[in-house]
Amino acid sequence: MSFSLTLGVLLLLSAAGYWVGRSRAANLVARGSGRLHSLPSYHGFYVALWAGIPAFVLLLAWGVAGDRIVEALVLAGLPDAQTATLTNSERALLLAQIRNEAAGIGFGTPEPFVAAAAERLVELRSFSAWIVSAALIAGALAALAWALRRLAPDLRTRNGVERTLRLAMALCSALAILTTLGIVLSLIFEALRFFARYSPLDFLFGLQWSPQTAIREDQVGSSGAFGALPVVWGTLFISLIAMLVAVPVGLMSAVYLAEYATPRVRSWVKPVLEILAGIPTVVYGFFAILTIAPLVREAGVTLGLSVAANSALAAGLVMGLMLIPFVSSLSDDVINAVPQSLRDGAAGLGATRSETVRQVVLPAALPGIVGAVLLALSRAIGETMIVVMAAGLAANLTVNPFEAVTTVTVQIVSNLTGDTEFDSAKTLSAFALGLLLFCVTLCLNVIALGIVKRYREIYD
Amino acid sequence: MFKEEYALMQTASPAPNTPATATAPMADVKMSARQVRVHYGDNEALHGIDVDIRRNEVLALIGPSGCGKSTFLRCLNRMNDSIEGCRVSGSVTLDGVDVYDPALDVVQIRARVGMVFQKPNPFPKSIYDNVCYGPRIHGLTRNRTELDEVVETSLRRAGLWEEVKDRLAAPGTGLSGGQQQRLCIARAIAVSPEVILMDEPCSALDPIATAHIEELIDELRRNYTIVIVTHNMQQAARVSRRTAFFHLGNLVETGDTETIFTNPGDQRTQDYITGRFG
Amino acid sequence: MTDSLQITGAGTSLHTTPAAQRRLRRRYAAERRFKALGLFAVLFGLAMLAFLLTTIVSQGYRAFIQTHVSLEVYLDPEVIDPRGTADPRDLARADYQSLAENALYGLFPAVEASAERRALRGMLSQGAGLELRRRIQNDPELVGTTLELQLLVSGSVDQLNKGVFDLESGRRLPVSDEQIGWFRELEAQDRISAPFNWGLFTRADSREPELAGLAGALQGSLYLMIVTFVLSFPLGIGAAIYLEEFAPKNRLTDLIEVNINNLAAVPSIVFGLLGLAVFIQVFGLPRSAPLVGGMVLALMTLPTIIIATRASLKAVPPSIREAALGIGASRIQTIFHHVLPLAMPGILTGAIIGLAQALGETAPLLMVGMNAFVTSVGDSMTSPATALPTQVYMWADSPQRGFVERTSAAIMVLLGFLIVMNALAVFLRRRFERRW
Repeated sequence: MSFSLTLGVLLLLSAAGYWVGRSRAANLVARGSGRLHSLPSYHGFYVALWAGIPAFVLLLAWGVAGDRIVEALVLAGLPDAQTATLTNSERALLLAQIRNEAAGIGFGTPEPFVAAAAERLVELRSFSAWIVSAALIAGALAALAWALRRLAPDLRTRNGVERTLRLAMALCSALAILTTLGIVLSLIFEALRFFARYSPLDFLFGLQWSPQTAIREDQVGSSGAFGALPVVWGTLFISLIAMLVAVPVGLMSAVYLAEYATPRVRSWVKPVLEILAGIPTVVYGFFAILTIAPLVREAGVTLGLSVAANSALAAGLVMGLMLIPFVSSLSDDVINAVPQSLRDGAAGLGATRSETVRQVVLPAALPGIVGAVLLALSRAIGETMIVVMAAGLAANLTVNPFEAVTTVTVQIVSNLTGDTEFDSAKTLSAFALGLLLFCVTLCLNVIALGIVKRYREIYD
Repeated sequence: MFKEEYALMQTASPAPNTPATATAPMADVKMSARQVRVHYGDNEALHGIDVDIRRNEVLALIGPSGCGKSTFLRCLNRMNDSIEGCRVSGSVTLDGVDVYDPALDVVQIRARVGMVFQKPNPFPKSIYDNVCYGPRIHGLTRNRTELDEVVETSLRRAGLWEEVKDRLAAPGTGLSGGQQQRLCIARAIAVSPEVILMDEPCSALDPIATAHIEELIDELRRNYTIVIVTHNMQQAARVSRRTAFFHLGNLVETGDTETIFTNPGDQRTQDYITGRFG
Repeated sequence: MTDSLQITGAGTSLHTTPAAQRRLRRRYAAERRFKALGLFAVLFGLAMLAFLLTTIVSQGYRAFIQTHVSLEVYLDPEVIDPRGTADPRDLARADYQSLAENALYGLFPAVEASAERRALRGMLSQGAGLELRRRIQNDPELVGTTLELQLLVSGSVDQLNKGVFDLESGRRLPVSDEQIGWFRELEAQDRISAPFNWGLFTRADSREPELAGLAGALQGSLYLMIVTFVLSFPLGIGAAIYLEEFAPKNRLTDLIEVNINNLAAVPSIVFGLLGLAVFIQVFGLPRSAPLVGGMVLALMTLPTIIIATRASLKAVPPSIREAALGIGASRIQTIFHHVLPLAMPGILTGAIIGLAQALGETAPLLMVGMNAFVTSVGDSMTSPATALPTQVYMWADSPQRGFVERTSAAIMVLLGFLIVMNALAVFLRRRFERRW
C-alpha cells in the first residue's frame, strides 16, 4: 500500500472521526445529559486529532526511515561470504546495484545472489508497506474509538484541542530554529570531513585553488589544492565592484525620491525601480553574458586592454544593478525615519534642500545607511547565479577588473554539480566553502540588523 | 571687518526705534500680512489675515487649537512651502518686500526670519555643531575664531552658555528639554535673523524651563522682532506687548496685550479669555 | 561700508549684502548639482531596467514563432509498415524521418551527391519525423496516402529565416551557402511559414533548439510552487501566530526572532546545501525531484511569510482582541475568528511575494539537482524534473545560436508569471487594505 494511499485513508479516518465525534456530542445534549462544556465541533476535532495525529507522525517516520530499515534487512540477509569483506563504499555500491535490479533498470545479468537480494527487496518492500499501513490504520481506528468513548458533556475538549493547536504552532516556530540548526550542523559535519583530509589552515590561507583531484597517479596539475584565499578574494573583488555601482546610485536615488520627487513621480518610480529587485538573478546572469560582458570586452579592446570573456567587471556591474533597488529601498526607509522636525529645523535656519540632506538628514541616517550597505554586501557575497553564469571558474589573485576571477558560490556550484562522488575532497570542499560563506554572511547580517534595529529605536 | 559687522549685528540694539507703540509709524512695521489665505487641498485654513508686526516688539498669537495660528506663523517664513498641497495667497512683506515674490529666495527669507519649533529639535550633533550650523551654511564667518565667537555669543544670549560651556562637544540631544529648546533658540540667533518665529516654544517643557524661556524672550525682544504662538494666555500676557486672537481661521482682533486681556473688543475674544471655549 | 550694513535700514541685513548674494548663488549651484545627481541616479536605474527588458524581449520574441516548411509527404507503406500488419510496435519504430527527407529530395531533383543530400536533409528538424509518427499513430489509415504537411525545419534554418544571421559579414555561419540557396528557393515556392510556436509550451526539453520547449519546466515549477505553498503557508502562519500571540517574552523567543530575521538574509545557495546534505543524503529522498526542491524553497520562503504574518497580526488593533476576549472567547477563538481573518489580506500578500521569490530562485535548485535534462514531461513529485529558472540556466549554457532566443523567451514567460503574482499581491493589498 503506497504512502499517499495510506495518508489518504488516515485523512478520511480523521474526517470521519470529526463527524462522528460531533454528532455524538450533539446527541449527548439531546439526551439531556447536561450542558456540554465545549461546542460539539470541538468534540469532533478532539476525536479527529486522536485518530489522525499519532498515526500521521508514525507514517512520516516510516516514510523517512522505512526504506533504510528494509534495505538493512536485505543486506543483513545476504550470505556472509558476499558481505563480510566489503568496505563501506563497496557496500553502498552493492546496495545501489540491488536497488537498480529491483527497479528493473540494472544492466547485464546480475550475479545470482544480487538477483535474489533484489527479489527479496521487492518482496520486503511491499510486505512492510502493507504491514505498516495496516498497523497504522488499525491504530488510528483504535485511537478513534478510545477518544469517542471518552466523550462526555463535561470533557473539556476545547481546552484539549486548543492546547494541541498551540503546541503545533510552537513546533512551527521551532522549525525556524531547526532550519538554522540543520544548516549549521550539516555544513559543519561535512566541512569536518573535508578538514580531516585537508588542513583548515591551508584552506583558509592557501594561495592555490584547483579542486580537480587526480584520477590517475601521473596526471599533471591536478594535485587538488584547496587554498581558499584566491576564491575569497574573487568574491570580495566582485562584491566591491558591485557595491561601487549600487551604493552611490541606490543612495542618491533614495535621496532624490525621498526629498525631491513629487509624490506622483515617487509613486510611479519607486515600484518601477523595485522591479529590478524582483527580477530573478538567473535573468541578470543571462543579461551579463549576453549584453554586458560583450560591451565590457569591446570597451576594453578599444582601450587596448586584453579582456577576459568573463571579466570580474562585467559580473560586478550586473550584480551592482541587481543591488540598486536593495540599497535604495533600505535607504529610503532609513531616510524617511529621520523626523521631519530635523528637516524643519534646518530649513528654518535657511538651509537649502541639499544642505539639509547632506548635513542633517544623511548624518542622522548614517547608522541606518551603514546597516543597509552591510546587508547589500552580504547579499552580494552570497549571490550565486550572476557569478555562476558571468564570472570565471579559475581562481586568480588579481586586482585587474578585466581579468576573470572566481567566487565562493561559483566554486560551490561547480564542485557539487556534475557527476562526482559525494565524499571526494572536491565535493566536500564545497561544504567547507559553504560554511565559510554562511559564517561571513551571518556576521554581516547580525551586525547590520543590529545597527538598523538600534537606529529605528532612536527615532521611534 | 566682517567680524566687526557681525559684532555690531549681535550687540547694537536699534535703540532709536524702540519702544514700538500702538501708533507706530509705517517705518516701524517689520513684517506685514495682507489678505493671507491658506488652502490645504480644497480646504481653506486661513480666511484672509491682515496684521502688522512691528519692529522689536513681541507679538503673541493666541486662539483655540486648530484656529490657524501656527499655519499663519509658518506663512511668515514660507515654511509651508514644504507641505504638500498647501497654497498661500495674499501678501506677506518683510521690510516692504513681498516674501512670496518668486524672485526672492526662500533660503534668504528663512535666514532673516528664523524659527523655533514646538518640540525642541536639535540635530543629532554636538552642541557646538548645532549652533554653528547656520553661520556655516550661510558663510557668515571666515574662520574658526569668529565661529567660536558667534557660538559663544549665541549661547550666551540664549542663556545656555554657563550650563554648556564645558561640554560643547557633547551631543545636543543629551540636554534636558528646556536646554534643548534654548539650544534651538541659540541656533536660530546664530544666523542673525531679524525676526524670530516661535511656535509654542514652551508647550513641551516643564514650568521651570518655561520660565527660563520666557525670561529669554524678554531679553531677546531688545534685538529682535518676535512672533510667538502660544496656547497659554498667561504666557501671552507675560511676554508680549501686542496680541492677536485667531478663531477658526480668522483674525478676530489685534491690539495691545493689556487691552485684549482686560477689555477685548469682540465677544469671541472675551469668551476665549474667560475660558468659555478653547 | 559698515554703514550700508546697518540692520536698522529697511531691506538691508547681513543676508542681503552682495557677498551674501554671491554665496547664495554658489549654494544654489551646489543645490542644482546635487539634485541633478539624484535625478541621474534614478534615471540610470530606470534606463538599466529598460535596457535589460529590451534586450530580453528583442531576443525572446522570435522564439514565439517557429519556421515550418510545407512538404507533400508520401506515407510509403514500404517504409512505415513493411510487413503490412499495422502492428503498433512497427508503426512506432519506422524511419519516418526518411519519408520527410524523400519529400524534400523530390523538390530538388538536381541534388544527388551524398554530401549535398546530407546538407539538404540537414535543413529538416528531427521533429519532422516525430510529427509524422504522431499523425500515423493517431490515424493508421493514412499509410499509403500523400499528405501536405507543415514540418519543422532545423534550428539554424529557423534562425536564417528569422534574419538572425548577418549574411554579409563573411563569418562562418551554421548554414552553408547551398542551404541558403535551397532555402531561398523554398521561400520562392511559398513553402516557408512561421506560425505561432505552440511547441514552446507543449514540448519538453531537447538538445535541438527548434524542438526544445518549456512544458517540463512549467510543470516542474508548478509542482515546486504547490509543495512550497502547502508547506510554508500553514507552517509560517502557525509560527507567526505563536510568536506574536502566545510566546512568552524570554531569551528563547528572542533567539527565534533574531534567527528568523537572519534566515531571511541567508544566501539561497546555503539552503541548497542544506537540502543536499539533509533531504538527499540523510533522508534519502530522490535527487532532482520537485518534492525536494519544493521543501528547500519552503524553508527559504518561511521567514518571509512569518515576517509578513507577524506584521499583519500586529496591525490588527488590540481593541478587536479585547472585544472578543471580553465576551468570553478563548484566545485561540479570538485569533482564529477575528484576528486572523482581518490579517489575511496582508498574510496572503506576503505569501504571494514569498512564492514569487521562490519561483525565480535558481541556486538552491541546482544544489538538489533540479537541472535535470528531461525530454519528457515528468509525471510525479518525485521524478526528475527541471524548473523555469533552472531551464533558463541550462539553455543559457547551450552553445547553439537558437537557444539564445529560447532562453530569452523562457525569461519572458518567467517574468510574466512574476508580474502576474506581484500584480495579484498589489491588488490584494489595495483591495483589502484597512487603516485602523
